[in-house]
This record gives sequence, structure tokens and C-alpha cells, in this order.
Amino acid sequence: MNPPVVETRELVKIYRMGDVEVQALRGVSLNIAGGEFMAVMGASGSGKSTFMNLIGCLDKPNKGIYLLNGNDVGRLSRDQLARVRGQQIGFVFQGFNLLARTNALENVELPMLYQGISSRERHQRAGEALARVGLGDRRDHTPAQLSGGQQQRVAIARALVNRPTLLLADEPTGNLDSRTSVEVMGIFQELNEQGLTVLLVTHEADIARHAKRVVVFKDGLVLEDRLVERRRLSREELREEARA
Amino acid sequence: MNILASLRTALRALRKNKLRSLLAMLGIVIAVAAVVATVSIGQGAQAKVAAQMASLGSNLLMVVPGSIAAHGVATGAGATQNLTRDDATAIERELTSSVLAIAPINRTSAQVVYGDQNWFTQTIGTTAAYLEVRGWPLAQGEPFGREEDAAAAKVCILGKTVVDKLFPDASHVLGEQIRVKHVPCKVIGILAAKGQSSWGQDQDDIILMPWSTVVRRLVGTQSDAVGQMMVSARSPEQVDDAQREITALLRQRHHQAETAEPDFQIRNLAEMQNAAKENTNTIAVLLGSVALISLIVGAIGIANVMLVSVTERTREIGIRMAVGARGRDVLFQFLTEAVVLASVGGVIGLVLGVGISKWMATKFDWPSLLSPPVMAATMLLAGFAGVVAGFYPALRASRLDPIEALRFE
Repeated sequence: MNPPVVETRELVKIYRMGDVEVQALRGVSLNIAGGEFMAVMGASGSGKSTFMNLIGCLDKPNKGIYLLNGNDVGRLSRDQLARVRGQQIGFVFQGFNLLARTNALENVELPMLYQGISSRERHQRAGEALARVGLGDRRDHTPAQLSGGQQQRVAIARALVNRPTLLLADEPTGNLDSRTSVEVMGIFQELNEQGLTVLLVTHEADIARHAKRVVVFKDGLVLEDRLVERRRLSREELREEARA
Repeated sequence: MNILASLRTALRALRKNKLRSLLAMLGIVIAVAAVVATVSIGQGAQAKVAAQMASLGSNLLMVVPGSIAAHGVATGAGATQNLTRDDATAIERELTSSVLAIAPINRTSAQVVYGDQNWFTQTIGTTAAYLEVRGWPLAQGEPFGREEDAAAAKVCILGKTVVDKLFPDASHVLGEQIRVKHVPCKVIGILAAKGQSSWGQDQDDIILMPWSTVVRRLVGTQSDAVGQMMVSARSPEQVDDAQREITALLRQRHHQAETAEPDFQIRNLAEMQNAAKENTNTIAVLLGSVALISLIVGAIGIANVMLVSVTERTREIGIRMAVGARGRDVLFQFLTEAVVLASVGGVIGLVLGVGISKWMATKFDWPSLLSPPVMAATMLLAGFAGVVAGFYPALRASRLDPIEALRFE
């Protein structure tokens, strides 16, 4: 097994809502090895989003240890976390979260803007990333001129462009129809085959079955951690569909 | 993120909301235009007043006969004839250290005739020192000297207006004989044009003649009384010295006690000049402060728009943070937008202000004085207003929590 990309020990996250303390995570210990494709499932309030935010370095745990690629990132400052996000993590969101009225190429260039990459290299790498998700001919289109699936592909290109070690996808198919969902999951599977570690958050069991491993959260704890049986492969699903 | 990239990002963001950006910078546009225009107008007006003042002569003192009380009835200033040619000569001879030149002046009005042309004008009997005191060169010919004065020679120097009236063809003026009242006079010089005085009098409507020619021949009196004397001090600093020394000398010559009310008055034109300068200064300061206030209002406009923009773009800020923007990147981005707004507004305002001041200059006929330091300072101030106006909204943006910002609808 590859060395772990993500290693957490007894992660605790507590939110204060007025006088009430909400324990969103109550001690989660999980390892995600390099090259894994893990799906996190759970009802709303189970703590899966909180887990996702911690893993994505958008938030800090109250207790516990989080090692990303072997480095303790649980104690970093806001600015240091931003640097980690920019260099090691790629985000894909449910609502795509592209900049409006900004074309696909510029959207994909955005993460590189904060890493001091020259505009020529930004252009080139953004173009390559778009080609990789099959949108090489849509660089000049703004989000409004793209379908949902295309927008999500732009978002994936954006997540890839800084060559992260970990791709976080938070309900990436939540706004997509089933066929487009399969297509998008296909891209994740392809990227995973090329060695990228993927962490997927979803509440749909069908979608989760595209991953290799499923972790189910409940009440801030890991309830279940199992390998996926009868894994769905988008490539085959699409081929079958075409045949039908 | 480097400066060029953030500048491009800012421009793109501002272009997405053209109308709002324009309205946001309007305040700065008006403010900068107002500052540039008012300062330039103020300086133009000042220069015009200064030029008018300078046309009177420099470091000038006017000595006029004073009021005396005869049998308890006071007469007005200038009503007496107690200043004499000898007083003038004494000042000229004895006060050489502070006094550059002194010109005795007696005026009379006269009808002047040449050929079939005639004109009614002011004749001034004086000495060549008059030209020096008033800083008034001759356009043509020569001034008269002591011999002409002593002999009450029938010579004259004409002002530009008189030349125009008597010699409409203006072909041959020097050496011609004109008649002043009943006295035939030879034209020996023509004064350079001086234009209007600050109170709108045509200064060129004038004839200069030797003092004794006017007093003895035109007025026809044997009196030595002098209407007034114009004195030029050697330097602006010596105006007060000259005034004090002339006062002392005249008191002595007029046998007056130190405590007595002098029978003459000395008017200091430098004081008048300063007063006029101060007036225009006051106006410039007033206009300038109004303009500065409008700059503050402009800055508030930008701050307001930036605040709205930060709220509206919370999600964008969240996205930027998620993909690696640090707090300072976001701060810098919004600060750049505010500064770009203010600077672009400043440039537009500058162009507008220069245009306004040029137009005013042609309309009111004064020099359009555009001061590069003032323009540069105004631009800097506009940029600074942008920084101040943008700082709080930008700080708020930079402190947003990325998770909440991403969730913002």
C-alpha cells in the first residue's frame, strides 16, 4: 500500500451556536492512501461536511491530528492553510463555484494566480487542463454559455491545474442529471487511474459505488468503513447505454 | 499574486459593472476636476492681479499733499499745495540709499489736435523719472531730460491711445507737431502699450510732457506746487525705509514737529498689492477647501460601492480562498480595485479640470496657469483617497471565513 496522503487521529470539531456546543466530529481516525478513491457518505448532520472542510484545510480541528502528506497541517495559520489549499488540494463543489462572466480558461487559471505562475505558463497549463476534461474547444465560453456537466468539468480542470495530491469533490453530481453524473464520475475514475487520490462526499449510494472504498459517517463518528463490491465503472456504463 | 496580475483582475472586475464603476468614480472625477480647475483659476486670477499691480510700478510710494486745518475747518487730502518741486529735488538728492527714483506729477486735461483729428486726454507734467518709477518703456523715440524741463520745452510723449486717435494711419508720428491746448508740441516719443489698470482705466490715454511745460505753459502758473510725487524704492524691503525717511525729510523741510499731523500723506502701494494678493489667496483657499471636501465625498462614494461589492461577491471571495488566495491576496485585490477606481476617476477629472481652466482662461482673459505639482499632488491625493476608501471593505473581504463565503447565496 502507498504511504497515506491523509492521516487523521481522533479529529474533534466543535461548533458553538450561541450557548449550545455542537460536536460535529467526535474523534475520527482515518487514513487515505495515495491513489485511493474514497467516498464519504452519511446523512446531513453526520459530520461528513465538517470532515471534508477539515481535510480541505478550510477549517481547523479543535483536537486531534491531521497529517497531509505527512505534514501536520492542523496547527497552521490561515495564510499557511491557504498555501496548502493552493498547492496540494483541488476542490470540486456541488454548485460548480465558477466565477460568473469569466471565461473557462480564466476560471481554470485562477488557482495559479496565487502561486506566482507567469501568465504564459498559466495560459498553457489551463489550456491543457481543459483539454484533459474534454473542453479544449470551450475555453472562451463563460459559465452561462456552458451546460451543467461542462461547468463541472471546468471546475475539475481548475482543481487539477496546480497538480494537487488530493482531489476533494463535495457532492459533485448533486446538480447534474444521471447521465451527466456518470460522465463526471468517469472523469474522476480516469484521474484516479492516473494516480490521483480522490475523496468524494455524496449521499447517493449509486454515486458512491464509483469509488473503491466507502466510509459512512454518523453522529460525528465513522460508522462503517468498507471496500466497494461490484464497483461501477463509468466507461462500461456509458458503453452499455450507447449500445441500448 | 503580483501587481500586474491583480491590476488586470481589478480592471476585469470593474469592467463587469461599468455603470456602477462610473458612478463610483464620479465623485472623484468632480473633485479632481474642481481642485485642478479652481487652483488654476485662482493662480490665473492672482497672476492677472499681480500683473495689473505691477503695471502701476514696483515698490511704489505715493506722496500727496495732506489735509490742513485752516481756522478749524479741515480740508481734504490733496487740497493744499504744500508739496513743491524743491521737496522732490531734496528727496532725490538726499535719500539715494533707499529711493531709486522720484517723479513729481502735475496733471491737467487738455484738448489735443493734429491735422483734422482731435482728442481730449490727460496730460501729465513730470520728469523722465516717471518712466522709471512706473516701469514703462518707450516704444519709439527718446524721453525728455533736465534741459527740456528747465526750458519748459514744447515736446511731448504720447500714449498708445492718443497716437491711435490723432494718427489713424499711424505712418509717421515721431517729429510731428501736435497742439496741446494752445501749445504746439513736437512728438519725441511713444509709450509702450500698457492696457487697462486694475480698475478699468485706459492707462494709454495719456500725454507726458516736461513738468514745467505743463505747469508754466498749459496751466500757466508760476507756482512750484506739485500735485503728487511717485517714488520707487530700491527694493521691496526698502519701501518702509523710504517711507520713513521721506516722512522725516518732509517734516523737516515743512518745519513740522514730530507730534504734529503731517501736512502730506504717503500711500504705500506695496500694501495695496499685498491686500489684493491676499484677497485672491483667500478665494483660492476657499475654492480649494470646497474641492477637498468633494474629494472626501468622492472617497465615501467609493467606500460605499466597495462595501456593496464585497457583500455581493462574497461567494467569489470564498472561491478564491478555496483555490489558494490568502487573506492578503483578497485584501490587495479589493484595495487595487478601489485605487484603480480613484485613479481612473482622477485622470478623467484631471483632463476635465484642465479643460475647464483653459476655457475659463480664454473667457476671462487671464493666463491659464496649470501647476504640475498641484496636479501631481491632486492625483496622489485621489489615489490615497482610493486606499483609504478601499481599506475597510477590503479588510472585511480578507477576513471572511472561506466555508461561510462559499455557502453564501
